Amino acid sequence: MRHTLTIVITGLLLSLALVASTSTGETVDPKAKDLILATTTSTQDSGLLDALLPVFEKETGYRVKTIAVGTGQSLAMAEKGAADVVLCHAPESEKKLVDAGAVTNYQLVMHNDFLIAGPPDDPAGIKGKSSLEALKAIMEKDALFISRGDDSGTNKKELALWNQAGTNPAGRKNYLETGQGMGATLQMASEKQAYTLIDRGTFLSQKARLRLEALSEGDKTLLNIYHVMQVNPERFSRVNAEGAKAFVGFMIAPDTQKKIGEFGKEKFGQSLFFPDAGDPGE
Amino acid sequence: MNIIIDGFREAVRLLVTLDDEVLGITLRTVQVSGASTLISVLLGIPAGMLVALNRFFGRGLLISLINFGMGLAPVVVGLAVWLCFSRYGPLGMLDLLYTPTAMAIAQTIIAFPVVTGLTLAAIQGVNPKMRLQMLALGATRGQYFLLLAWEARLGILAAVIAGFGRVISEVGASMMVGGNVRGYTRVLTTATVMEIGKGRFELAAALSILLLLLNFFIVSAMSHLQQRGRK
Repeated sequence: MRHTLTIVITGLLLSLALVASTSTGETVDPKAKDLILATTTSTQDSGLLDALLPVFEKETGYRVKTIAVGTGQSLAMAEKGAADVVLCHAPESEKKLVDAGAVTNYQLVMHNDFLIAGPPDDPAGIKGKSSLEALKAIMEKDALFISRGDDSGTNKKELALWNQAGTNPAGRKNYLETGQGMGATLQMASEKQAYTLIDRGTFLSQKARLRLEALSEGDKTLLNIYHVMQVNPERFSRVNAEGAKAFVGFMIAPDTQKKIGEFGKEKFGQSLFFPDAGDPGE
Repeated sequence: MNIIIDGFREAVRLLVTLDDEVLGITLRTVQVSGASTLISVLLGIPAGMLVALNRFFGRGLLISLINFGMGLAPVVVGLAVWLCFSRYGPLGMLDLLYTPTAMAIAQTIIAFPVVTGLTLAAIQGVNPKMRLQMLALGATRGQYFLLLAWEARLGILAAVIAGFGRVISEVGASMMVGGNVRGYTRVLTTATVMEIGKGRFELAAALSILLLLLNFFIVSAMSHLQQRGRK
């Protein structure tokens, strides 16, 4: 009896190992059809890509490998030719890559906005204030503020705002940097009842489980603008240029733009993103 | 507390309804970790035995390196492998980045020192008089190795269990070299981290529970083999 059990278990483990050592690959030949999309964690966390990518994959047959990392890493990957196409929301940093010729086919896709979220009791009294006024008030009242501190699009926007407000939060005791994505940062802000800068899409999709409210929103400084761009195939011979071109085309196509505008309406009662492709100027 | 209870419920629901995506993630977890454990066992046990039984110049240093390797931070391995396989890195032409194969390679690098080091210790733990006795009774080289391994089987199986445990719970390297790509390189650990980041705690808890169950059943099976016949 004991021996039978042992034999059965050994057999199961061996077959497990056998299953493991075969079939770790895919049946479809992947090389020509893989597309590496470097994007940001906020874009992935909003769920937009989960809605759009299957459509793209079905239409074109490419398999999109979405590598969601901070903006800093996405752009660094583009600069090294480690990705094929980039979807990002840090226009100042992206511009540097366009100027340097690291990316081409730079297209405006959509925008949404940031807002400053904070505890419902609003200790720094920022409700209704403009973003710059709000940030000043937070520092004046020494209220707790959580920053992503990770060189992401959100982080860059946040630092630009502090700059515009004329306040330097670095080193202050009430300024905490998580070095992590929006989700983790939001949770910390909620737990610690602190203020933080967040894009509307992520905020709406996570609001239900947070004890935070949108307190400062709506002014022009808080616009969050998304572009899509190809990693320059002339500079990096190993990029999937065809796939990248198809993806850029897909993102600015009228059908997709319509889907972008409708994303989230049903679930949250408002759109998470506003399509912009083809609009002149930013 | 609610989250844990809801997590249990969600885990049961996912299993019972045979949720496609979760099943795929679980299967992939077993494939990648299983493959890396298998390779590191096939390489590590002989390596550990050889180091244990032979004297050679630099042996002490090598043993220190093996033991050092047991505590090697997985995220460091992930970074090194990523740099190696990235498009313009030394092995970039293999196009292995963001594939399950790359994850298995990284995990093998992590598990190999664990298996080797613990096998080494297990062999060294065998009573030296036993070894002399085998040789005195006329054991050939091959018989000597097999008999020694059999004597040290408790420690060697512990080495296998430790190696497996190390890689199935690993997230840093898997995230870096795998990229957590949906339907392709997403495994239970990377999926859990992602769901936490999205604020979906119940799903994260469910995935964690699945991971723990998977780990438990496989390790129990191995433990049973290890403890068979023990008083």
